[in-house]
Amino acid sequence: MLHNRFGRLAASALAGTMLMGAAACGGSEEPTTTASPGTGATSAAPGGGTTKVGLAYDIGGRGDQSFNDAAAAGLDKAKTELGLAEAKELEAGSGETEAAKEERLRLLAQGGFNPIIAVGFAYSKPLAKVAAEFPDVKFAIVDDAEAKAANITNLLFAEHEGSFLVGAAAALKSEKNHVGFVGGVRVPLIDKFEAGFEAGAKAVKPDIKIESTYLSEPPEFSGFNDPAKGKTAAEGMFDAGADVVYHAAGGSGGGVFEAAKAANGKAIGVDSDQAKTAAEGVRDVIMTSMIKKVDVAVFDFLKSVSDGSVASGPKVYDLKAGGVDYSTTGGQVDDIKTKLDEYKQKIVSGEITVPDKTS
Amino acid sequence: MNSAESTFTDRLLGRVRLSGLLSLAAPVLAVVFAGAVTSIVLLVSGDPPLETLGVMIDYGTQPRSIGLMLNSATTFYLAAIAVAIGFRMNLFNIGVDGQYRLAALIAAAVGGAVVLPGPLHVALIIFVAMLVGAGWASIAALLKVKRGVSEVISTIMLNAIATSLGSWLLNRERLAVQVGNNIGTKPIPESGQVPGMAIIPGTEYKVFGLIILAVVVGVGYHVLLNRTRFGFDLRATGRSESAAVASGVNVKKMVLIAMIMSGAAAGLIGMPQLLGASYTYSLDFPTGLGFTGIAIALLGRNHPVGIAFGALLWAFLGTSSEILQIHEIAPEIVQIMQGTIVLSVIIAYELVHRYQITAEQRRVSRELASGTPPRAEGASV
Repeated sequence: MLHNRFGRLAASALAGTMLMGAAACGGSEEPTTTASPGTGATSAAPGGGTTKVGLAYDIGGRGDQSFNDAAAAGLDKAKTELGLAEAKELEAGSGETEAAKEERLRLLAQGGFNPIIAVGFAYSKPLAKVAAEFPDVKFAIVDDAEAKAANITNLLFAEHEGSFLVGAAAALKSEKNHVGFVGGVRVPLIDKFEAGFEAGAKAVKPDIKIESTYLSEPPEFSGFNDPAKGKTAAEGMFDAGADVVYHAAGGSGGGVFEAAKAANGKAIGVDSDQAKTAAEGVRDVIMTSMIKKVDVAVFDFLKSVSDGSVASGPKVYDLKAGGVDYSTTGGQVDDIKTKLDEYKQKIVSGEITVPDKTS
Repeated sequence: MNSAESTFTDRLLGRVRLSGLLSLAAPVLAVVFAGAVTSIVLLVSGDPPLETLGVMIDYGTQPRSIGLMLNSATTFYLAAIAVAIGFRMNLFNIGVDGQYRLAALIAAAVGGAVVLPGPLHVALIIFVAMLVGAGWASIAALLKVKRGVSEVISTIMLNAIATSLGSWLLNRERLAVQVGNNIGTKPIPESGQVPGMAIIPGTEYKVFGLIILAVVVGVGYHVLLNRTRFGFDLRATGRSESAAVASGVNVKKMVLIAMIMSGAAAGLIGMPQLLGASYTYSLDFPTGLGFTGIAIALLGRNHPVGIAFGALLWAFLGTSSEILQIHEIAPEIVQIMQGTIVLSVIIAYELVHRYQITAEQRRVSRELASGTPPRAEGASV
């Protein structure tokens, strides 16, 4: 018995490893192959630009339906509009060390890539080290303010401000006075979304009931890419009496939309205008989305590098700068638009300060 | 030990030795097989196998890469030893992953909270880590000894519980401080850090000071298993529980001690990274090392030197995945290579073992046919 158990365990564990490896390979092969119009500065056609851009993703890379994808969209736009000579995109491995991230950035810098963009706060310390070693290379980091140097631009977002607006929208649209929040992974970044959403909903209806749940706990980051879990969590909320659910769960959001559709409820999208990007069948349940314009930030940064106007330090994409916003696709929030814009004005003018941490 | 009497598990976990040239044949066969499979995968994905290997070796032999490799290998080695201690006793400690994460988190919190003179501070952190790892493993051990719960099931569940517990502890209201979008324990002051050593010529890159700890653990593992009464009992129990009981070994006590030792060793896994690089346990602390440890323990056949080679090979492959991405080769190739190598080693050793068994049987029947009395070990065939 014992040896059978061991044999089977070992065999299935190995088969699993192999399959996972193969699946991962098949899945990302296409996106990681980057089109490079000219290989290197010397072969670049006149007017084709000589800029070689390096982009280091966080776990998930291109195709994660979340902020990695948004960064990729910004890069793609820059490729066509600014005519970049070459763009190299590198992915992070799951559970890797800081040393691996540092090495990734260093290889890009050594390879002549300039500017280099790191996606995600996990690159904070590695970026600070590598930026000090390559003072002539321009760096940018998304979602991190801690790495500071003369050649680092910090692309920051006021997710709590945008979330406040969709929180207000949820409360205004909720007939049962009961809304929900589904977070991908319990990390401080997602806490910002929750804090803003709560504050917004309570600003409209102080006695509103708010359900809140997270799909996974760090270091388990599957919550950002598990539609089945998202569906189960949202179903629970609709069953408990909520009628609007906001998700900040990346790829898991698809499940939240399905649950909303099945329960005849409403959902709120995140990061991009999901009434345009989600699966066709569920777009009508997405009443609005909290847009976080990582793509705009990446594009702006690349543009500022190419015209020489790049500035180091924090660049905050808040409500005032249009870096976060709510979407109106589908016309479902048209009737409350004036109210939402009123809140927007109050936040922009400083009359309302949105908390960025849940209490 | 006669390989004809052995089970697949015994052969899988390296309890049966191969004799003479055959002990060389197995690894050679494994390398050839792994090379062939990887080449096919590379060809299918449209990358030339030889050039890919060339790129990896080129990058992997640079002084800086060697430093990176040694550092990851240090961590991998400790992980594999933690797993191997369990394997030797027929315990499948899948909980190494949860044990080291929880240990690193609590040790980091303790290390960041106190200020002590240098060596004492480091010793305290390492002691706490071992204690937490052992404590967490002892839950599974007690469940097995008292209630007969399979350690495979309980450790998998304890991994999930460790994740949730860790997440609960890593909170502003408890053990953590928030820095930007990251959250982690209070940084360990300088007195608790272990400086790196620039021992590789041609680079300033520093190797973890705690690489010495890995060497000490490796030697300790060898001595304990092969030079002590406890090690003998442990190996005997792993081989045959009934025989061990008959010769007076308290099996329950052995299970308890082996699991606790495995957990204590697991507690060490995060230490090189924590005391040599991160100085804090935060959201980006490396994960999944317990599972890597299982693969490397199998690869190294639970032998302290074999595991060292396995850890270095694994680290080499991991380090070179970065350069593959630069050359537009999917980094997942590395995972396929790692999986293939473990599989090849297991298959190759099994094949060679079976060859040895058949050869032995033939020898015996030949001797029987020619009228020479067979040697005693042939009797049981």
